[in-house]
Amino acid sequence: MTGIGRVLVVVYAIMALAATGRSFVQIVQDFSNAPVAYALSAAAAVVYIVATIALVNAGSHGWYVVAWVAICFELAGVLVVGTLSLTTPELFAHDATVWSGFGYGYFWVPLVLPLLGLWWLAKGGRETTQAPVAVEEGSSW
Amino acid sequence: MIALFTILQVAVAVAVGLLCVVAGLAGRRPSDVTVGGMALLLLLLIGQTVAAVIAPFAGNPPTGSLLEFWVYLVSALLLPPAAVVWALIERSRWSTVIMGIAALAVAVMVWRMHVIWTVQVG
Repeated sequence: MTGIGRVLVVVYAIMALAATGRSFVQIVQDFSNAPVAYALSAAAAVVYIVATIALVNAGSHGWYVVAWVAICFELAGVLVVGTLSLTTPELFAHDATVWSGFGYGYFWVPLVLPLLGLWWLAKGGRETTQAPVAVEEGSSW
Repeated sequence: MIALFTILQVAVAVAVGLLCVVAGLAGRRPSDVTVGGMALLLLLLIGQTVAAVIAPFAGNPPTGSLLEFWVYLVSALLLPPAAVVWALIERSRWSTVIMGIAALAVAVMVWRMHVIWTVQVG
C-alpha cells in the first residue's frame, strides 16, 4: 500500500470510527424506536470496518476480493439508503444513518469514498505489496 | 460546553488541518510544526474533556445525549495521537496529509459535540 492509498485507508478508518460510534449510541439509547434504521447503521459501521481492514491487506488476493465486495456493498448502500431517505423519509424519521441523504451529514464523504475506493482498487491496489519507494531525504522545498 | 472554547478548538483544528494537508501535498514530511500543531490540538481536547466533566456540576448541563457526546469526545481524543504515531512510524509526505485529515475530522466532531450539548432540533 503506497502513497495516496494510505490516505484512503485513514479516511475509511475515520468513517468506521464515526459510524461505529453513531450506531453504538443509537442502539444503546433507543433501538426499539427504529430497529430497521439502526440495524442499517450498524451494518454500515461493520462494512466500513471490513473495508478498512481489506484495503490495508489488499495485497493478498483474498482481501482484495473482500475489498471489492465491501466497497460495492457500500456504494449500493449509500445509493439505496440515500434514495429511500428522500422518497420515504418516514423510514428514517427518528434519526439518520451515515447513508441518509447520500451522507450529507458527513459532507457527502460516504458517497465519494466508495467511488475513490473502487478507483483505487481498479487501478491496481493489489500490486502494491512491494516495499514503497523510499522518500528522499529532505523535502522538495 | 463553552462556546468560546468550542470556537477556539474548531479554529485550531481547521487551521492545523489545512496546514497539514497543504504541507503534505506540497511534499513536506511531518515536521515539528505539523506534529506540534497536532499536539496543541490534543491539549485543547484534553482541556475540553476536563471541562465536560466539570460543566454539568457548574450549572452548564448538556441539553442532548451525554452518551452521544462522550462517544464523539473519545473518538476525537483518539485521532490526534493515532495520526501522530502514524507520522512517527512512517515519515512520508502522506503522513502529513493524514494528520491534516485527522485534524479536520476533529473539527467536525467538536462542532457536533457542541450541537449535542447546546442545540436540540425536533
